[in-house]
Amino acid sequence: MSNRRNLLSFQLDVSDFLPADRSEKESLVLMRKSVGFWRDGINRLRKNKVAMVSFFIIILTLVFAFIGPAVYPYSYEQQIRGNENLAPMKYSEMEMEKKAAGEFVFPHFLGTDNLGRDTTVRIMMGSRISLLVGIIASFLVLLIGSVYGSVSGYIGGKTDMIMMQIVDVIYAIPDILIIIILMVSLKYPLQNIANEVPGFEWINTIGVGLICIFIVFSLLYWVGMARIVRSQILSLKEQEYITAARALGAGDARIIGKHLLTNSIGTLIVTTTLQIPSAIFTESFLSFIGIGVSAPMPSLGSMASAAIGGISTYPYRLLAPAVMISIIILTFNLFGDGLRDAFDPKLKN
Amino acid sequence: MFKYFVKKALVSVLTLWIVATATFALMHMVPGGPFLAEKTPSAATLAALKEKYGLDQPIHIQYKNYFVKLFRGDMGPSLKQRGREVNDIISTGFKVSARVGGLAVLLAICVGVPLGSLAAFNRGKWLDSVILIFSTTGIAVPSFVTATVLMMIFSVKFNLLPTYGLTSWKHYIMPVMSLAFYPSSYISRLTRSSMLEVMGQDYIRTARAKGLPKSRVIFKHALRNALLPVITYLGPLLAYTLTGSFVVEKIFTVPGLGNHFISSIINRDYTMIMGTTIFLATLIIVMNLIVDIVYKIVDPRIDLK
Repeated sequence: MSNRRNLLSFQLDVSDFLPADRSEKESLVLMRKSVGFWRDGINRLRKNKVAMVSFFIIILTLVFAFIGPAVYPYSYEQQIRGNENLAPMKYSEMEMEKKAAGEFVFPHFLGTDNLGRDTTVRIMMGSRISLLVGIIASFLVLLIGSVYGSVSGYIGGKTDMIMMQIVDVIYAIPDILIIIILMVSLKYPLQNIANEVPGFEWINTIGVGLICIFIVFSLLYWVGMARIVRSQILSLKEQEYITAARALGAGDARIIGKHLLTNSIGTLIVTTTLQIPSAIFTESFLSFIGIGVSAPMPSLGSMASAAIGGISTYPYRLLAPAVMISIIILTFNLFGDGLRDAFDPKLKN
Repeated sequence: MFKYFVKKALVSVLTLWIVATATFALMHMVPGGPFLAEKTPSAATLAALKEKYGLDQPIHIQYKNYFVKLFRGDMGPSLKQRGREVNDIISTGFKVSARVGGLAVLLAICVGVPLGSLAAFNRGKWLDSVILIFSTTGIAVPSFVTATVLMMIFSVKFNLLPTYGLTSWKHYIMPVMSLAFYPSSYISRLTRSSMLEVMGQDYIRTARAKGLPKSRVIFKHALRNALLPVITYLGPLLAYTLTGSFVVEKIFTVPGLGNHFISSIINRDYTMIMGTTIFLATLIIVMNLIVDIVYKIVDPRIDLK
């Protein structure tokens, strides 16, 4: 009687409609678990040895630059009389006496400069400036470039043509020359604002030179980012999900912000990361020719420039900032390449 | 094609005008003037000097006067180097810088292209890694570091090469090398990636399949197509390198044009600032136009619209 079907029913077996148990569910997961965009990228990145080593060195540099000066016994502007022109790991006579008296004297790992300032802590501060410039400038470039590029690509037509023509014009400008002219001409008005207008005193704490660099970068270097973002938006805006979003009543700003830019996030991250070393490169060049960060704040470029005069007597003074700047640029480049391979394989080549 | 170039030329002129106007406005915004040296001249002398060079007139008149003269190809006298014409200073400096820069670009191509191709053919092997290390360092090291390290090795340590001036062939070695390091690394990276892409194309397989020797496939089929990105890069590279690098010329005291770019701005030598900026911008724009044309010749598939 048990298995006999009731002829009047729809002949459905009730057991078919019970919730599936765990083993049944697992048998449906095919090859591997579904992996999200971030997990997938990070997994690929972690397999890339060069990128991971670079990442580790970047973290070390960040610690060196931002925490180092706080725990280091000397300060970057502290001039100790009698400590001038020490070679690495050497002590001055004064310090020798102290040591003989049983006091502990912290060694000058990289020696001191002609004013008796410890080179190690100056390198730390210089790296801090370089990293700050690189990261903040790239962030500004990302902000301006992505807004401009996405608006241009999204609207399209005549607006796009005119906006891209402007980009082309800025692209053709000899950047270094304009940067130098801008740096020199912005300096004085900014200084006036900082000294006279109330509420702008913070400019002096950051330094006029740094603010100039940020302004100049945001004026000139967003064009590359804008081009890349635009080309991404152009292909993304034809996708069905954009039509769907529009059909659901999403506004332009929401479509750009929520759908288009989030979907090109890989490209945005990669381009921003690769912008960092080029910003650091330019900053070191500007400081080298003497119009970047203003003294007594050290910069790797200005330290190298100061070392050139005494290159035959104190070659290590040049080597320290030179090696530091090369390491910073190199690791960011390699890490950026790794990010690109992991998050945006299309950009390769 | 003709329409394309007309349009391009119009945009170039517009760009030049914008650059020139922006420079003009910016440099007059900077406080101080060309005649304020260590010993400040008397008010009467200053007024006379300003009148002589037309700097006493309102700014829009100065602007008009400058551009009228510029259209005749006259960039005016230098305000700082008395008695010399800007045209003359630029052409003298450019001759020196272009010789050094031209050699550097030549060296960069001769090193970069073979290295990049070698790396591509030995992909994943040790040779590829060695070349990759070279090219990655080259991109990460600023030119002032390259220049000073070279100087430390060749002049200070071994005393082989002279450190300043430009009188014999020995003087050229270090400036040319330090100028060429970055571009040769960049070219080698460009060549490697584009060569890898080209080698994966069907026509390369076809060429190999029909029995052509490997060397012929590489030189005739692969290299030609792989060099397209390099050509694009060469345009701006030539413009920037031929006009001289401030850093390298300062370190090796080369009497080139690169020095004037920055000293003119620091000295507020208005006519020199305008002259050097316009000269460099023109060169960049012209080089990019030439690249467009060469592109069309090398690769007829490219449709210029």
